[in-house]
Amino acid sequence: MIGDLVKGLATTVRYMFRKPITVQYPDVKRPVRERFKGRHELKRFENGMERCIGCSLCSAACPADAILVVPAENDPATPNSPGERYAATYEINMLRCIFCGYCEDACPTNAIVLEHQYELSFYDRRTSIYTKDMLLVPEDQGHGEIPPVLEQVHRRPSPPAQMDL
Amino acid sequence: MTTLSIPSPRDIIGPAERGETENMVLNMGPHHPSTHGVLRLVVELDGETVVDVAPDIGFLHTGIEKTMESKTYQKALVMTDRMDYLAPLSNNLSYVLAVEKLLECEIPVRAQTARVLLTELTRIGSHLVWLGTHALDLAAMSVFLYAFREREQILDIFELVSGARMMTSYFRVGGLAYDLPADFIPTVKQFIDTFEPRVDEYEDLLTNNPLWLERTVDVGKISTADAIAFGLTGPALRATGIAYDLRKMTPYTGYETYDFDVPIGQNGDIYDRYLVRIAEMRQSLGIVRQAYDRLIEMGPGPYQTADRKVAPPPKSEITHSMESLIHHFKLWTEGFKPPRGDAYICIESPRGMMGTYVVSDGGPRPYRVHFRAPSFVNLQALPHMARGRFMADLVALIASLDPVLGEVDR
Repeated sequence: MIGDLVKGLATTVRYMFRKPITVQYPDVKRPVRERFKGRHELKRFENGMERCIGCSLCSAACPADAILVVPAENDPATPNSPGERYAATYEINMLRCIFCGYCEDACPTNAIVLEHQYELSFYDRRTSIYTKDMLLVPEDQGHGEIPPVLEQVHRRPSPPAQMDL
Repeated sequence: MTTLSIPSPRDIIGPAERGETENMVLNMGPHHPSTHGVLRLVVELDGETVVDVAPDIGFLHTGIEKTMESKTYQKALVMTDRMDYLAPLSNNLSYVLAVEKLLECEIPVRAQTARVLLTELTRIGSHLVWLGTHALDLAAMSVFLYAFREREQILDIFELVSGARMMTSYFRVGGLAYDLPADFIPTVKQFIDTFEPRVDEYEDLLTNNPLWLERTVDVGKISTADAIAFGLTGPALRATGIAYDLRKMTPYTGYETYDFDVPIGQNGDIYDRYLVRIAEMRQSLGIVRQAYDRLIEMGPGPYQTADRKVAPPPKSEITHSMESLIHHFKLWTEGFKPPRGDAYICIESPRGMMGTYVVSDGGPRPYRVHFRAPSFVNLQALPHMARGRFMADLVALIASLDPVLGEVDR
């Protein structure tokens, strides 16, 4: 009887002298996996044009009805996107979003991508609605950075989880 | 002549002074750490002894079944993750199998093998949460820490394949959401190699621990006949000595080709439920190993049905094939339309028989979806088990039934 208690105690004592596997968030952040679904980004083509063509397929695919797209005709002189139309308004309600990734699966141009940023917080409901300015990447960034999972091929290996198991 | 009525001493002093006691009605929950969710128990107590318990459920009711009626079949899938949030992939599997039965579509072997592997990992992960919280309720804290360490590995695998740790939505109608990633195999290998000794560790801490035995052996016993009458399924039923496992009785997803045993108990008490679940973790690990070997053996292959009316075409195809583009748009806006009819599929979730009943009226949205939630059915046996036991045993009993309130209330 005592022996069985000691056996259990020995297990815990053994672990006392090992390095803890927990990480001190937020000082240390565990890298997320390649496919991690975090904050959305609206991508661009290499020539700086918006990938989004305002087809509203993301909005149709969204199970939580979190996306609002209002399309508009492109001005032929200064087009926003290579197609005929672009998204004049693109809003995602981050309080409704469930990060299922259906929007990026549905997007025919790989314009919307769930990226790895996961620290999302808001002080009020108004700021929880992410507008197109917030979602669209700057013109010199985000070209062709489409996660391989959306193309169903693999380009980069995932970083290993920061765990010493 | 009038008589002066003199009150007798029995009327003046209260029942407590007379040595009699009244039963006390105590509210346990809905915000109580030991109820494992928002479960309210109205407990009638005679001193420390439980006279009766009335579980009051519904605090987490979100109308999942009703909401699903307004979504297309593929979109309704994400709701199933949120029922039994400790075993999301089991729910996914139950739902997609029911819809696939309606559609009569063929699933590639690779997808089926991946489904088996991941549902068994889900079972282990769910049992780890049960083990950790159960032990924590009975004041064994270190088990909780170790169990969650292993669960982290499982959640990491889920994040690797689906991008989400808990709300995975990885099984889609027609196969898998995406193909298994390249580093899936080494990550699962790492888990398979490290997990078995970890289970021994939990057993070192609990199985023969006299304190653990004192709290669990012969507590909350239920006879086989009663368990069947209450409709108990899963480990709670198997602990009474019946090898009722849907993976063996009505195999699905190719479970008949896997070699595993169904662990059973004898007494139907908390300790036997503990032993059954621990043994199940080892059996599940065995199934994971077999599925892992098969995945390596079969190599890359299709992970979705070839039926383009069900599964959307690969993204790379829609840029140059008009037909693929039309399928893509049709599937994501309108969805597929199963023929009129209904389908019922039940699978062995970590908690028991998880059934999904889907009725189709021929439209793109389910006419009705109903879930036979194991937690809901198992929970009704709680009063039967708790009567006559101590209040402290009630905590152990809830943990041993392992209800997930998201699934109870739906």
